[in-house]
Amino acid sequence: MSDANQLRIIEAVSQALDEELARDDDVIVYGEDVGIDGGVFRATQGLIEDHPEQVHDSPLAEAGIIGLGIGLAATGFRPVPEIQFQSFLYQGFHQLQQHASRLRSRTRGTLSCPMTIRMPFGGGIRALEHHSDSYEAGFAHIPGLKVVVPSTPADTKGLLTAAIRDPDPVVFMEPTRLYRASSEPVPEGEYVEPLGAAAVRRTGEDLTLISWGGMVRDTLDAVEETEVSADVIDLRTISPMDIDTVVASVRKTGRCIVVHEAPRTAGMAAELVAQVTDEAFLYLEAPVERVTGYDVPVPMFAREEAYLPDTSRIVTAIERTVGF
Amino acid sequence: MPRSTTAEFTIDSIRILDKDGSADEDLVPDLTDETLIDLYRQMRRSRRLDERAIALQRRGELGTYAPAIGQEAAQVGSAAALDAGDWIVPAFREQIVYLMRGSPMHKILWYAMGMEEGAEIPEGSNLMPPSIPVGSQALHATGIGWGKALRGENAATITYFGDGATSTGDVYEALNFAGAYDAQTVFLCQNNQYAISTPRRVQTRAETLAQKAVAAGIEGIQVDGNDVLAVYVATTEALEKARNGNPVLIEAETYRRSMHTTSDDPSVYRSAEEEADWEQRDPISRFETYLRSEGVLDDNRIEEINAAIEAELADAIDRAKEGQSEIDPVDMFRHTFAEMPPVLQRQLAEYKVMRDE
Ligand SMILES: Cc1ncc(C[n+]2csc(CCOP(=O)(O)OP(=O)(O)O)c2C)c(N)n1
Ligand SMILES: [Mg+2]
Repeated sequence: MSDANQLRIIEAVSQALDEELARDDDVIVYGEDVGIDGGVFRATQGLIEDHPEQVHDSPLAEAGIIGLGIGLAATGFRPVPEIQFQSFLYQGFHQLQQHASRLRSRTRGTLSCPMTIRMPFGGGIRALEHHSDSYEAGFAHIPGLKVVVPSTPADTKGLLTAAIRDPDPVVFMEPTRLYRASSEPVPEGEYVEPLGAAAVRRTGEDLTLISWGGMVRDTLDAVEETEVSADVIDLRTISPMDIDTVVASVRKTGRCIVVHEAPRTAGMAAELVAQVTDEAFLYLEAPVERVTGYDVPVPMFAREEAYLPDTSRIVTAIERTVGF
Repeated sequence: MPRSTTAEFTIDSIRILDKDGSADEDLVPDLTDETLIDLYRQMRRSRRLDERAIALQRRGELGTYAPAIGQEAAQVGSAAALDAGDWIVPAFREQIVYLMRGSPMHKILWYAMGMEEGAEIPEGSNLMPPSIPVGSQALHATGIGWGKALRGENAATITYFGDGATSTGDVYEALNFAGAYDAQTVFLCQNNQYAISTPRRVQTRAETLAQKAVAAGIEGIQVDGNDVLAVYVATTEALEKARNGNPVLIEAETYRRSMHTTSDDPSVYRSAEEEADWEQRDPISRFETYLRSEGVLDDNRIEEINAAIEAELADAIDRAKEGQSEIDPVDMFRHTFAEMPPVLQRQLAEYKVMRDE
């Protein structure tokens, strides 16, 4: 692969959007400040110049943004709205839960909602209050909605392209702290990474670690530090989850740790523990551990380091699980 | 008559000081020199806090900060019209309003240092904490104003939000509820012409934002938001109406002269000419010109005021840094509930073990 397409996550988002806008006139990108400003993180920079008919600044109203997308999607468009920060999708939650996710089911398949809602999420960038939430479990609790979380530039391009082309609504959660973290070669031109498939970032024998988004790097670092022989699974699609990959790995290793930054109670780790218990119970040699945020509102940035799982917390969990 | 006009509306607008600082004497409110000077002082205090905060942020000592440079008249003029018993429900740009209610300046800095302590409200100050989710707080103000009506109390409530916020369902609902429930609430919309990069005309095709009151059956009025006297008068009148169960929406036309927040670069979306034009209409220099011409303010007095503000700032920065160096992460476990549930007690214990390792 050429160095020409060496991208960070933020640029991979732009490239996927640019290529899909060019490929399909029905793709509509809109949201607060996505036009001349290029979005507050610059994910949509330059798109309005190249696709003026398809890129639109919106009034400040998330319920409206999601609601309009349902109307567009039901009538043949491929809306790709941006929500400025994940927390503000709460303002559009009823549209998501009551309509977007179940238009297909309610109309017995006559109408559908192929909308992709993009948004930054998660902590680690010293942001303001209400800018660091990680609500993937809440979205995953909505039947009919897909939830995707990339952690690498190449996946970002491939998964976002797949999401836009997907026949169902997708919440696409971009880990803010990785937007500009590092670059890697990303395939040029058409590149689709199927939804619903986890990626195994590292393989080993004694332990399975599962994480996604902003936590994948810390998880890999912790494995590096402990020199444990471990599978590290980047879940990538939170819902519907790639349970086969998870179960196969845990049956092999017999030990499992799930890492996420969201609060622990009713977080996605709880679901993973349940699935692992269902399908790999007899293979387990230790309790499945959860390394997560705490059950408190995500603190403002002076305390976010204490809240967010980090390498040392993951290392502790690894030692406990392996030594069980 | 098969077709007739069943409703019509007009929107009034108030200005007392024009942009070169000369006043319409018929409209000037009857305020003492000391009150006039205090309006000036509060505006300077707001401006200097913002300037220092931006500089501190640039040095990495603060996180994201939302300055109100250019909007001082809209904020100070309205807050000065309140009684101590009135409630205030701010958005996220009204630092001076907290200070005017007696909240110490170092707390503003704490909030920008990412410390929950910065959102702590002094006991009995009738303030709500800053509200970052745009428009959401307007409903709280309607609730407070309704509660005052239910209890038969005389106090009013004021809430602050921006032009962008008027597009949210929450603000429409707040206005409508206020009308339906006779809430004792004043809605102070600072139309600073932008919601981040999005200009006012992209938010709505409505000719004024004040007219959004009309559909809710309440009064809407525009005021020159860079004229502290006009804002003071408009808010005083609105509060009086609100105390009698007649809520009012005030659209204060102003301009955010600085960046949206320290993370924003306005040169991407607006011209230097536009900024220069609004600099000519700056609320502080306009008022200063007026006060000097009235003989209320002179160089000596201004120097005194500035020196006091600089001293307050220096002290606030020291206290903020001192508090910052003492923060205990364990605090994040407190205050989630009145009583810490067992599941959280376990997590706290787990956290402490880890921290002490
Ligand atoms: C519900 C919600 N959506 C988006 C944002 C991100 N955001 C913060 S301020 C802002 C613009 C607000 O504009 P306006 O209401 O005019 O107030 P101003 O910033 O001009 O004071 C946006 C989009 C937010 N904080 N809350
Ligand atoms: Mg505004």
